[in-house]
Amino acid sequence: MSIKSKLHEIKETFKGKKMAPAFNAFHTFLYTPNEVTSSGTHVKVADDLKRTMNTVIMSLVPCLIFGIFNAGYQHNLAIDAANGIYTQASLFGNFLTFENLMIGSMKVLPLVIVSYVVGLTVEFIFAVIKGHEVEEGYLVTGMLVPLIVPVDLPLWMLAVSVVFGVIIGKEVFGGTGMNILNPALTIRAFLFFAYPTWMSGDKVWVHDAVNRAGTPDAISGETILGSYAQNQEIIYSLSDMFYGFIPGSVGETSKLLIVFGALFLIFSKIGSWRIITSTLLGALVMGLIFNGVIETGLVTNSSKFYGLMSVPFWEHLLIGSILFGAVFMATDPVTAAQTNKGKWIYGFLIGFISIMIRVFNPAYPEGVFLAILLMNVFAPTIDHFVIQSNVKMRLNRLKIKTA
Amino acid sequence: MALLSKKDTKLITDPLSDNNPITVQVLGICSALAITAELEASVVMSVSVLFVMGVGNVVISMIRNIVPSKIRIIVQLTVIATLVIIVDLVLKAFAYELSKTLSVFIGLIITNCIIMGRFEAFALGNGLWRSFLDGIGNAFGYAVILIIVGFFRELLGSGTLWGIAVLGDPIDKTGLYALGYENNGFMLLSPMALIVVGIIIWVQRARSKHLIED
Repeated sequence: MSIKSKLHEIKETFKGKKMAPAFNAFHTFLYTPNEVTSSGTHVKVADDLKRTMNTVIMSLVPCLIFGIFNAGYQHNLAIDAANGIYTQASLFGNFLTFENLMIGSMKVLPLVIVSYVVGLTVEFIFAVIKGHEVEEGYLVTGMLVPLIVPVDLPLWMLAVSVVFGVIIGKEVFGGTGMNILNPALTIRAFLFFAYPTWMSGDKVWVHDAVNRAGTPDAISGETILGSYAQNQEIIYSLSDMFYGFIPGSVGETSKLLIVFGALFLIFSKIGSWRIITSTLLGALVMGLIFNGVIETGLVTNSSKFYGLMSVPFWEHLLIGSILFGAVFMATDPVTAAQTNKGKWIYGFLIGFISIMIRVFNPAYPEGVFLAILLMNVFAPTIDHFVIQSNVKMRLNRLKIKTA
Repeated sequence: MALLSKKDTKLITDPLSDNNPITVQVLGICSALAITAELEASVVMSVSVLFVMGVGNVVISMIRNIVPSKIRIIVQLTVIATLVIIVDLVLKAFAYELSKTLSVFIGLIITNCIIMGRFEAFALGNGLWRSFLDGIGNAFGYAVILIIVGFFRELLGSGTLWGIAVLGDPIDKTGLYALGYENNGFMLLSPMALIVVGIIIWVQRARSKHLIED
């Protein structure tokens, strides 16, 4: 007897029992269940929720692997810089090394494990209490969370925020598919407001920098956004920014791999190209407006906004996490706008507001997560007006015909 | 004879649970969000509201038959305003620091919907003793929620209770802080107060199902 049929037998025996949802979750994770729909006409598609989720996870894996190496690389780079040694990043020379892999794995894999274990535990508890099946929603959230936090974040903080994010961001609304806010971003927002010293500054982005602060071995690594906000010189080249050899949250540094992920999502029709495009468009427009303001000479060197305002508009896409947010966060099918026209408006405003927060609020060096959460709240409103305008248009058409 | 008849006891116990002004009627939310970052402020606010509601309900009940209904709102406002000014002056005289923390919110007791609501809904149609019981009952209901919220927000947000460090010293890294614990800054912001109130409402409705509306 195969494992599959054995599992199915166990499932039948314990049908309706309290822990059945927990067991079923494991079962369907391993095999396709034996059930078939018994009545009614139905269209069959291969991409059920699990496959959708798996596709997103696959597109995130390159970012995660790069993040692991980058964690080690940034650590060694900062130590070298403290000793006065400056090296150029080279992929096979000093990036893809075993040492970087070891340091990175030690820091990043615990984040992934804590995120999944805590989040899935909460989901299981809720499934058992409410007596419904465990939903797959957390598979992607659990992967996104470690990618959008600083590498040195204490694990208990991550655990607390995951509990908060999954319960308040999702379960109270009725679980996967019912949530208003993106759970991964809810978790990040909670972390940001609860423990701001661990989420911003020039120490948290490089492994071990916090521990060494104040000692002779002190190291630091300011993100590009942080340097701009303080009107400092940028020490990273454009190619470093594009390939991702820069400090930042674990998975968002490599723009190249995010673009690959985006193409994968668009071609598998999982992610909405409308949202991705319009978000980037919105960011570019806002960047252009700021460049225009600089041109007019209204804002000069002495202004604290000068640094970020004078960034060439296209460079905004390379710094910070706007690209990661546009591809993996804004496209979340549950919290985004549903109508095609709505998607354009929704995405455009995300990009627009992200760059506005980025420039005008040095206290929040990265406004992408705030902008996406804000638009999550407005997405149903946008859809409502899009649908109403469509209704009106059709009514008018009818009137003209009958008249 | 018992001090309170069964009906009178209900006047006090009902607002504590099934008819709580904050969690069930969802009134008086502004002050519950604004001043609950510290336990001490919550308690002082609760006592102030207790005074205003107890005395106010009695006064309104006393004059309920001679106030023309057309001008009753302005009369009610005058009564509340008088009582609030008394509270404000007492606080300024005896607890100046605290009155600065509570700042405008003592004055804003005037706009606390719970008070007007009880005047309108109860004191205008009931006798002195019952109005008094209703007033302090609702004030206790308000106080319970304020103190629960204040307790959690101060404990998790500042690591203190009533200003006393209970979790250790965050700067010297003693107690819990030695293990790497840190205060949750989000707890000190008003949005978190709303979430805490929401969680209390959730727990309450999960326990007494008849409160759930469809």
